[in-house]
Amino acid sequence: MKSIGNFFASTTGIIVVGLLLGCIAVFLQLSGNPGNMGVCVVCFNRDIAGGLGLHRAAVVQYLRPEIMGMVLGALAAALCFGEFKARGGSSPITRFVLGVVAAMGALVFLGCPWRVILRLAGGDGNALFGFAGLVVGIGVGTLFFRRGFSLGRSTAQAKASGWVMPLIMLGLVALYLLYPPVAGQEQSGVLFYSLKGPGAAHAPFLLSLGGGLLVGFLAQRSRFCTMGAVRDVLLFRQWHLALGFAAMLASAFALNFFLGNFHAGFEAQPIAHTQSLWNFMGMVTAGLAFALAGGCPGRQLFMAGEGDNDAAVFVLGLIVGAALAHNFGMASSGAGIGAHGDVAALGGLVICLIIGFCNCKRGA
Amino acid sequence: MSQVIDTCGLSCPQPVLMFLTAAKAGGTDFEILVDNDASRENVSRAAANNGFAVETEDKEQGITLIRAKK
Repeated sequence: MKSIGNFFASTTGIIVVGLLLGCIAVFLQLSGNPGNMGVCVVCFNRDIAGGLGLHRAAVVQYLRPEIMGMVLGALAAALCFGEFKARGGSSPITRFVLGVVAAMGALVFLGCPWRVILRLAGGDGNALFGFAGLVVGIGVGTLFFRRGFSLGRSTAQAKASGWVMPLIMLGLVALYLLYPPVAGQEQSGVLFYSLKGPGAAHAPFLLSLGGGLLVGFLAQRSRFCTMGAVRDVLLFRQWHLALGFAAMLASAFALNFFLGNFHAGFEAQPIAHTQSLWNFMGMVTAGLAFALAGGCPGRQLFMAGEGDNDAAVFVLGLIVGAALAHNFGMASSGAGIGAHGDVAALGGLVICLIIGFCNCKRGA
Repeated sequence: MSQVIDTCGLSCPQPVLMFLTAAKAGGTDFEILVDNDASRENVSRAAANNGFAVETEDKEQGITLIRAKK
């Protein structure tokens, strides 16, 4: 089975995976997910936080099955190919904070790097500023890596600990099935469901879960990472992961174009605002946080599925950060940035810079 | 004699960065220890792209030894 794994890690493999991910994302949009948001790891974790009642922004509450699928798909791939390994202990609390900051920064822009791709593929010009911010943020991260930045080595953990995040995700699936959405009701059992807004726009449960499983499986095999795509070009001039990024953009763009869903412009784009400076700054902060944590939010989900406790802690940070962003008025909306969105982007950047400076020249 | 680089417990991009830094310093014969498949693939790819002949050997406890030679 290793040879199949090697295919996905090959140049052709990463391009095929990128093309497929773009198709899956657009398919999920056609099936009901919000515009240019077929898959957005930060937005979907924000919706999960809302679904669990960790924040009460009524328009973004839904237990997104894609996220559960992405972790469980990666778990399945890791188990099939003998790559499941419980590990952890590399500055977990720092990774938690990076997750919190990453969510806050990304919600100023309104999307993670996956959604940068999908917004660009849908013609949203505001995402150009987000992409530029992402490149700058990751670029700052590479400067820290050149100065010896490291969060320290992880060590092997008890096998059971690697199962904790996958079991949490299975628990969320069970909760969804126990308390499914009920038409016209804001609550079903202990879960919250949006009746309007992005949280109310979703593909049917099985399509979402199935799409997530497929994304998780493919991305685990190929090591697809939207942050690594930019980082490796800046740090090593290696284009391997960038080819996957470009392939996902190309297939999503082509599908949108042929289906008549490509609308170039800046105004009235789905779930986006036009404050360019903050679209840029939000992603500088998020990009730096992803770089220091060693993976985009999707990659963190996939590594959590492989048994990586440090990545799992980052994911929990994302969920908590997304909840705080809404509770503290830091998250943007189509109308513009939140009352404290500037604090989220700039404060988060300062936190990342402190983490960067304080972790240089140790461990490695 | 081979220069040994132990990257166990480290994740991307540090294993590749450690190898490339050592290679840039003039090394031509390396034994790199990695303990996850992503690092194995990334270091092997970086070594091959930089003109090294690459061989891998599985060791115990999930560790792989990558031999990179010019």
